[in-house]
Amino acid sequence: MTGFFLRRLLSVLPVMLMTAFLSFAAFHFIGDPLQNMVGPEATAQDRARLAAELGFDRPFYIQFFRFISSALHGDFGISTRVGRPVLDLILERLPATLELAILSFIFAMIAGVALGVVTALRPRSILSGFSLTVSLIAVSLPNFLIGIGLIYVFAVKLGWLPSFGRGDTVKIGWWTTGLLTKTGWQAIILPAISLATYQLTLILRLVRTEMLEVMHSDHIRFARARGLPDRLIYFSYALKNTMIPVVTVAGLQLGSIIAFAVVTETVFQWPGVGLLFINSIRFSDVPIMAAYLLIVSIIFVTINMVVDCVYYLLDPRLRTGGVVR
Amino acid sequence: MPKSTARCFIHRPARLKRRFAAIASVAALLMTVSPGGAETLKWARSLDVQTLDPHAYNENVTFAFNRQMYEGLVERSDDGKLIGVLATEWRMLPDHPDVWEFKLRRNVTFHDGAPFKADDAAFSIQRAMAPTSNVRTYLAAAAVEEAIAKDDYTVQVKTKGPSPLLPENLASIFIMNRAWAEKNDSVVPQDFKGGKENYAARHENGTGAYRLVSRESDRRSELEAYDKYWGIGQFPIDIDRIIYTPIQSAATRVSALISGEVNFLQDVPPQDISRLEQNESLRVVRGPEIRTVFLGVNTSANTLASGEAKGNPFADKRVRHAMNMSIDRLAIKSAIMRGESVPLGTIISPIADGYTEELGKFPKLNIDQAKQLMAEAGYPNGFSVTLNCPNDGMVNDERICQAVVAMLAKIGVTVHLDVQPSAVVWPLVLNRKTDFYLMTWGSYDSQLIFDNLVHSRGAWAAANYKNPEIDAKIELLRSEADPQRRKTIIAEIWKTVQDECFYLPIHAQVLARATQKKIHVTPNVGNQISVKTIKVDK
Repeated sequence: MTGFFLRRLLSVLPVMLMTAFLSFAAFHFIGDPLQNMVGPEATAQDRARLAAELGFDRPFYIQFFRFISSALHGDFGISTRVGRPVLDLILERLPATLELAILSFIFAMIAGVALGVVTALRPRSILSGFSLTVSLIAVSLPNFLIGIGLIYVFAVKLGWLPSFGRGDTVKIGWWTTGLLTKTGWQAIILPAISLATYQLTLILRLVRTEMLEVMHSDHIRFARARGLPDRLIYFSYALKNTMIPVVTVAGLQLGSIIAFAVVTETVFQWPGVGLLFINSIRFSDVPIMAAYLLIVSIIFVTINMVVDCVYYLLDPRLRTGGVVR
Repeated sequence: MPKSTARCFIHRPARLKRRFAAIASVAALLMTVSPGGAETLKWARSLDVQTLDPHAYNENVTFAFNRQMYEGLVERSDDGKLIGVLATEWRMLPDHPDVWEFKLRRNVTFHDGAPFKADDAAFSIQRAMAPTSNVRTYLAAAAVEEAIAKDDYTVQVKTKGPSPLLPENLASIFIMNRAWAEKNDSVVPQDFKGGKENYAARHENGTGAYRLVSRESDRRSELEAYDKYWGIGQFPIDIDRIIYTPIQSAATRVSALISGEVNFLQDVPPQDISRLEQNESLRVVRGPEIRTVFLGVNTSANTLASGEAKGNPFADKRVRHAMNMSIDRLAIKSAIMRGESVPLGTIISPIADGYTEELGKFPKLNIDQAKQLMAEAGYPNGFSVTLNCPNDGMVNDERICQAVVAMLAKIGVTVHLDVQPSAVVWPLVLNRKTDFYLMTWGSYDSQLIFDNLVHSRGAWAAANYKNPEIDAKIELLRSEADPQRRKTIIAEIWKTVQDECFYLPIHAQVLARATQKKIHVTPNVGNQISVKTIKVDK
């Protein structure tokens, strides 16, 4: 296990370095952050002085090296738009994004698995037909349209839920949570559903396919022949076997939920890191953009590794067979 | 225009207090018999305020919010006229044309209760001249040297030579309390680039009609009416609480208005105006903004940096005129702006000082004549060039550029469109690294336009028009105090700008604001609503 883990860790390093390089290089050439800081009336000398202070006049590779070495110390520099440390800004916004992402993940998992099982076992029921059709529509619609559609129905027409914002929040240490207030819960419902749609569909269809396959496998037939009750067969023997690929996919999807919350956050004015990222693009705030991408890729890689390890634990074949190289 | 920010977090009272607050508000409801009742303005815009420090950042959204709490000696009324606020009268001293004297309003207090004195005004003007100040450009434009408190209610501003536009420029300088700034380590404006936040960036102590209750950046800011405001009785002050929320997505912003979560919407997307107008519970108010949209061409380069042409076609006045007469401004108004613009033949807004109807006239669309001019200039087959176009700098900017591409194609000019955020395009203009660009400008008088866009060294003069005679006239204007002579010089400069045609004007923007029916907002040409003047139907 330790060897497996260490090998995975080693393979991650070049990936991270590459991501850091690409994001830094791409953003390095966007816009002119100096302009945001000195204002239109600044003289050439003002600009040169500031460029020197911030190290913008140094060669690219030196700037990149400095970026990496300070990032390793948890220092992502100072936002050129806001003038505050990037890490502080991202940490301030992270709770909102994580709460949204995790809630929609849980929602997608529960609803996805439940509907997947139903559609596999009762393919002719109304609920099955309905959820399959709706999921097909949901997966083909762009995310922002789903968000706007939800706003139109639940905020504008019915007036049940707020169309934007996070409601009231409570501060626990550095973490702000909206999950302890009524308005916080009201505010999170629509964005969470909107963010969950894609994952829900994916999990639903995956569970359905796997379940159908497992139901035809030998051990289920034997279990049936032994006269075991349906409930035990479905949920204990069949579902357990379908879960391995589902866990893999779901794990990867959690990463993309966090990363791609950008669209949902913009539509619902959700004050998370995605909204911070969008604002930073608008003001060509390079330190935030680079740090955001780096942090998102760290999240991705970490989740990937956790998934691999869970997989390793779940599937005994990985430990005994020749699969582990 | 470029922007930067400060982020502030002030947390609202603990949840525990909410229950008591609820009981208290029920009690208050039972006791309330006043005919007015409490009115909250739930105000949404596309962007948030960057800092509360009144001198740290010069940007319209920030200024428009801070003016609810802070006041200047003078300010701009909704129709753009200069009016006294903390100053009641002002004059240039007859025997000292380099000194302006302001008489101050009495019985004014800051939100912390301190009385407003001339010393505070002098301190604020000095503070606004600090290196970290972002509004010092206004004081530099007026050549301010220093501000001195003569007595408790008289302040004198000394300038280098006569400075006719000093009061105009002071409209952008808010007044703070010296003792408060000194006590809270905010004697100099907040320093963005140093990554510092000062007390004044998160707190305020102005003299305005509203005071800050709480603020969470990018989420919401709450203000309440100041009960000792000097203007009570003079202004309606029908709104007693303001909740300000930035909502970036246009569709969400409009939805929030329709669902009643907000009741005042600034930055109404033009495509939604007619839909909102049809909604019976809403009111849409339109008015001109003091801002024009125009194209600029680089007249001084030897060759085009982008595209293919023999030499620099923009150096030839005939090419510029040919392009000017092939832009169909009426089509842009009807097809792109849905009627919400004023087509123009000049880059000065019809509301600004120095505008004349003569300037505003635009050439008739004439493709034949334009083609002939192109041929005369040596470009019978046209040329190609890149147009640098922002997509978040003004209303429908990207679509205007697309239309221009099609219009210029008719006279053989092949335009490659390069659309990017204004954070990318403005630096190209400032650094003069563009051949052809879409720009916007808004100011209350001709001189600021000349200084920035016409003078060969102007900060935004990427047209690179070089004419020593015009430069000399613009410099002369900076210290010319005689109104009649100013008028003559201004007219002369405008005549040259029009003849030389290095800017291709398109239109002046019209802005729309939407509110719930009972709220009456007056359009403001500077796009800076003053909440104290809002009226609410009882």
